[in-house]
Amino acid sequence: MAHGPRIVRLDQLVIQPGSGWARLPLIAGAVGLVFTVVSIVLAMGSKESTKQFFHSWLVAVVFFLCIGLGCLFFVLIHHATKAGWGVVVRRLAENLACTVPVLAVLFVPVVALGMYDLFHWTHADAVAHDRLLQVKEPWLNETGFWIRTVIYFVVWSGLAFYFRNTSRRQDESGDEALSRRMARFSPVAVALFAVTLTFAGFDWLMSLEPHWYSTMFGVYFFAGTVVSAFAALTVFTLAFERTGHFRGVVTGEHFHDLGKLLFAFTVFWAYIAFSQFFLIWYANIPEETNWFLSRLDGTDLNPASWRPATMLLAIGHFAVPFFFLMPRTIKRNRTLLLIGAVWMLAIHLWDVFWLVMPNLHREMTFSLLDVTSLLGVGGLFLATAGWLLGRGSLVPSRDPRLVESLAFENI
Amino acid sequence: MGLMTLDVPEAAAGYSHYGVLARFETAKALYRACEAVRDAGYSKWDALTPFPVHGLEKAMGLKPSKLPFLVLATGLSGAGLGFALQSWVHIKAYPLVISGKPLFTWPAFVPVTFELGVLGAALGAVLGMFAFNKLPTYHHPLFRSENFTRVTDDGLFIAIEAWDPKYDDRDTAEFLSGLGAVEVEHVPIDDPAEDGDGVGAA
Repeated sequence: MAHGPRIVRLDQLVIQPGSGWARLPLIAGAVGLVFTVVSIVLAMGSKESTKQFFHSWLVAVVFFLCIGLGCLFFVLIHHATKAGWGVVVRRLAENLACTVPVLAVLFVPVVALGMYDLFHWTHADAVAHDRLLQVKEPWLNETGFWIRTVIYFVVWSGLAFYFRNTSRRQDESGDEALSRRMARFSPVAVALFAVTLTFAGFDWLMSLEPHWYSTMFGVYFFAGTVVSAFAALTVFTLAFERTGHFRGVVTGEHFHDLGKLLFAFTVFWAYIAFSQFFLIWYANIPEETNWFLSRLDGTDLNPASWRPATMLLAIGHFAVPFFFLMPRTIKRNRTLLLIGAVWMLAIHLWDVFWLVMPNLHREMTFSLLDVTSLLGVGGLFLATAGWLLGRGSLVPSRDPRLVESLAFENI
Repeated sequence: MGLMTLDVPEAAAGYSHYGVLARFETAKALYRACEAVRDAGYSKWDALTPFPVHGLEKAMGLKPSKLPFLVLATGLSGAGLGFALQSWVHIKAYPLVISGKPLFTWPAFVPVTFELGVLGAALGAVLGMFAFNKLPTYHHPLFRSENFTRVTDDGLFIAIEAWDPKYDDRDTAEFLSGLGAVEVEHVPIDDPAEDGDGVGAA
């Protein structure tokens, strides 16, 4: 109501050659490659730094994979619910989800080389004396691990490209049947996504401590994944608005909704994180509590010093953003929402770090390799994202619900 | 829009009318009229529509609702009470050792604290909404108007109250007509003696 007509030029929805966005793949790619090489050089310094490299690299790859997978989830749920409001930001999510194959390429060789250093259950001599690991061998064996890993990446990449390419086909034909087809397929895709994401969390993160298990771990991994994806979507949307591509397309209403989802999944993460801790704490069974003890003070015989890290996670991933993201005014203020989104990305990185690193160090330890790996993977992630975004419209320009999305207002 | 500012103050005794009621044909006309009424400086008035009109609160110049702060306060009170109750029960009233844990085991208190926080916020939201809207209101002078029955069907209205400082019987009515109102009428204030059943004339 009462707005004048919003004029959106079609050429503003495409990244123009020579603009900052067009240079992103080259710059980010160069940074990524340089820091990947630096990481590898640093890794070859000593046996210790090799081990550190594998863990740091796993943190970096999983962190960016979370953004891609969370965006894939957004696309799936968007089609499954036939949502209207978010059509203008859906293409961003479609493109970010398609970074998964590149992250697979960054994941597979490094983890394959680092299997022995990362996963205790690959040590044949340890398994020989460990009843629990013998019982778990039908799942925790290298052949199974790699078959499953390949399945995860194939399923995710397949889904990501199916939805992106179908949506891009619609840009040309405007065929509404494509929307119906994606909506019909998306519930199946959601089920596939849920199963693969859960087991990927089990295989890549939970099995770092093979004696430990938590049936909630998959949901925990999912919750963090979605938080980071909405945070990343918010940052990208804000950036595209600032460079003028989304002027007149994305409004405060869309940011309000992205902020609401970011807030909701932050609360969901806290709910799941606490529930996981609570059940293990209450039952107090040694093989379960060990995982949390090594993230707190450890035991008398085997102390650890990760308590500040755990406190930071509880406060920074829940207490602070809960109150910060709650008010409507903050979600509708671009600067404050940007602060919230960047904070959630950072604290999600801390979450992944917290999941992986206590497996390597009993003492809270930071390494230069953490930074170089992050810059290496991050650069290549951004380069891929930039390259994907540069191909075609930044908005599904002939989606039947685009008008609904453009006119969307919160009541 | 709820009946946000519609109330009959004590001083209403001195007024012959409740105010002016104007009906508009379209949501667009109503929106424009609201902007004009707002810009003209009226403060005791409301827009009444059978369906939500997006952005009308901006056109009316309404301040953001105070309800969120009430919900936050009742939510935090609920959570605080839940936590305090459990702490008191477990430490002072019935100090029982359960599964070898200390008396003050705060993680065990979190689920109840959370649930009572939700309960407090929900009660605050519902009851606060009723209170801020002055509900339940069983009767209102506007129900005197025959036209006003259309507010639950297709009627879009603006009502300006007689005790608004800028109100004038004739000028305000002409002002609203000038804004494109299709029907403008003066609504009488109820005479309680005449309106014994308290249900209203409409």
